[in-house]
Amino acid sequence: MTDATDLLLDIRHLTIEGKSGGQWHPIVKGVDLTLRRGEILGLIGESGAGKSTLGLAAMGYTKSGCRIAGGRIRFDGQDLVGASARTLRGLRGKRIAYVAQSAAAAFNPAYRLIRQYCEAPVRHGVMSRAEAERDAVQLYREMQLPSPDEIGFRYPHQVSGGQLQRAMTAMAMACRPDLIIFDEPTTALDVTTQIEVLAAIRKVVREHHTAAIYITHDLAVVAQMADRIKVLLKGDEVEEAETRRMLSDPREDYTKSLWAVRDFRRSPPQPVPEAAPMLELAGIDASYGAAKVLDGINLSVNRGETVAVVGESGSGKSTAARVIMGLLQPDRGEVRLDGIALPATSRRRPKDLQRRVQMIHQMADTALNPKHRIREVLGRPLEFFLGLRRDARERRIRELLSMIELDPDRFIDRLPAELSGGQKQRVCIARALAAEPEFIICDEVTSALDQIVAEGILRLLDRLQREMGLTYLFITHDLATVRSIADTVVVMQKGRIVEQGPKDAMFQPPHHPYTELLLSSVPEMDPDWLDRVLEERRAAC
Amino acid sequence: MSLVLTRFREAPLSAWIGIALVLLIGLAAIFAPLLAPFPETEVVGPQYSPWAAPYYLGTDALGRDVLSRMIYGARNTVGIALLTTVLAFLLGAAFGLLAATLGGWVDTVASRVVDVLMAVPSLIFALLVLTITGTSVVALILVIAVLDSTRVYRLSRAVAQGILTMDYVEVARMRGEGLFWIIRREVLPNAAAPLIAEFGLRFCFVFLFISALSFLGLGLQPPIADWGSMVRESAKLISFADFSTWQTATFGLAPLLPAGAIAILTVAVNLIVDWVLHLASGLEE
Repeated sequence: MTDATDLLLDIRHLTIEGKSGGQWHPIVKGVDLTLRRGEILGLIGESGAGKSTLGLAAMGYTKSGCRIAGGRIRFDGQDLVGASARTLRGLRGKRIAYVAQSAAAAFNPAYRLIRQYCEAPVRHGVMSRAEAERDAVQLYREMQLPSPDEIGFRYPHQVSGGQLQRAMTAMAMACRPDLIIFDEPTTALDVTTQIEVLAAIRKVVREHHTAAIYITHDLAVVAQMADRIKVLLKGDEVEEAETRRMLSDPREDYTKSLWAVRDFRRSPPQPVPEAAPMLELAGIDASYGAAKVLDGINLSVNRGETVAVVGESGSGKSTAARVIMGLLQPDRGEVRLDGIALPATSRRRPKDLQRRVQMIHQMADTALNPKHRIREVLGRPLEFFLGLRRDARERRIRELLSMIELDPDRFIDRLPAELSGGQKQRVCIARALAAEPEFIICDEVTSALDQIVAEGILRLLDRLQREMGLTYLFITHDLATVRSIADTVVVMQKGRIVEQGPKDAMFQPPHHPYTELLLSSVPEMDPDWLDRVLEERRAAC
Repeated sequence: MSLVLTRFREAPLSAWIGIALVLLIGLAAIFAPLLAPFPETEVVGPQYSPWAAPYYLGTDALGRDVLSRMIYGARNTVGIALLTTVLAFLLGAAFGLLAATLGGWVDTVASRVVDVLMAVPSLIFALLVLTITGTSVVALILVIAVLDSTRVYRLSRAVAQGILTMDYVEVARMRGEGLFWIIRREVLPNAAAPLIAEFGLRFCFVFLFISALSFLGLGLQPPIADWGSMVRESAKLISFADFSTWQTATFGLAPLLPAGAIAILTVAVNLIVDWVLHLASGLEE
């Protein structure tokens, strides 16, 4: 099947090393990769697996601080390892293009989209400026962007995230490259937006018979996009197979464990008969300046249960958390804890009230002060809320670290920069626990993590809830998370609650139309899922 | 403590050069009375003697020993510049961090005051104020410190605003931490790197500013020796220099000595700052 002329990319025994602590460590350890024209290869693995490094290497590029230590990369018969900068420049953008994870960060905010589109084709002498602009409009139309004639004349900040990602793909297509590398192009998007972007990318790539390497940690996404899937673990290939076979019959244990992640279901807690809810939001309206972001929110949380708040970005779910924490003063309504109204701002709340309600942020990176060692991160709330000092404090810090499954001796003196993403999030959880709270708001705590790590965090939260009788408000846009951890689900859209009820009822029809849209947009581990959903939606129109 | 030592041991050559030079100048300043062969202000020989024993760097227009005046000049210029910079930093950083953290009217008032101060070119502003207050050392230090604190204010406010948007500050606020704790524990450690860099630069600017004022006659007053006024006193000699023999050439080099000292100290301080910045930014790697 693979004849010589058909072979586009051929990587053999590729080893890439990165420098840390003055020494070279292997990031990619002798991986082989082949790609035929028009074929889409999915690269999956958890963070640190080397999938992005391998993807970039396909362009003959390594990040600074990395080097290609061995092996060869042949693109269409041309050797990229050791090729001159001039040769590589001629290929990049023209015959090999790259689509980054965050389009918002990859576009230059100072130029209009179409000007950035034209840069590569004009620079490579493929088209004149005027031709390139006409071509851009054509591709924008193919990418199903709204008003393709004028969208190119907007600046990046005037376009939504999903549209920007599609504009980025159009830009990558500008020179009609033979190969496009997609590096987690939909990871930063909501499910409802993701589905549009996936459909558009797949359509364009197939119609132009472009080969692609699709890097992601989301298995369900890769199932829709790829012809073949390669699984990586710590720089090594685990296995590779055709998509359908890989999904139905994974060989290696590691792959099976990846597949099983989404099956985590926590055992429902014993219902605690209680007359009054623990936390209540009564008729909350809130706004940022003139923009109203919460509109008549009524919500109650019972002791010991997990309430999941779902909705796409901009639906007001994080704002609701800020109101509960007293960081944003509501225009109307009140927050009650055990039936007693809380003062509207955190500054006016007594220390003990602040202790009882804690919050865990989405980005553990920014939630930990980079200059504070873990001892201080955990020690401060212990000292502040509970008045623990010296030995008592030290003992408790160690207990907390054991609780979050980190070895106290190894971790207590570390700085956040010396932790992985999942470990950082665990430390944030420990910090919240240090206050001995009753109620914890988890704001998208797993969305910045890959699935295996995220599952570990969910299991930890579940265990802590059972052991300590905690109550969670779980803010998320990931319905798989909801399915695994929630008792009650609240669906929000544009600052309003559109539907709420017990989890099982929420996942059964009939749904509110918005809930239906959310549910149907969650990718499934079925290669035909995207086609089916698109078909259904087309039929419904 | 051992960590500090390791850091010193691993310091690059450029940092060592900077440290050595600053130490040299610092020692000269501290032990000036012991090191200088002649007193600071006394006329000890003929005017404009060439570079030869016992006047190794010659004498100036009044017959004072240039080497002695260079050594005392280090004490006066560097000491005052250091004091002024520290004062400017205490003032500027304190107000800058407070304004950023409190926001609201505190920020508005402080920022407008700083705008007014910055609107007038600082040299002209300093000249104006110093003609009113007179050119005492205390007045000099206070005026320059206030003027320079405006730059420090701007920087520390901008840096702090960036840090204050981070979630960890929000966590501290939710915990109910006080203003002082947030500034000291959450903001300051993260603002340290740019502030240290600014300190090095600011020190050099203050130093040059005092020299400039001295050059204009409004800085340190004669007969006190400082490098800036020494450049001024000997500047005109350049045009009389005769480079045909070594003895006469030294005459023309006279203004380059204090000017060179200023340049060397400036470079040395920045070499150290670069290294400290590197340490502060990159953790282990």
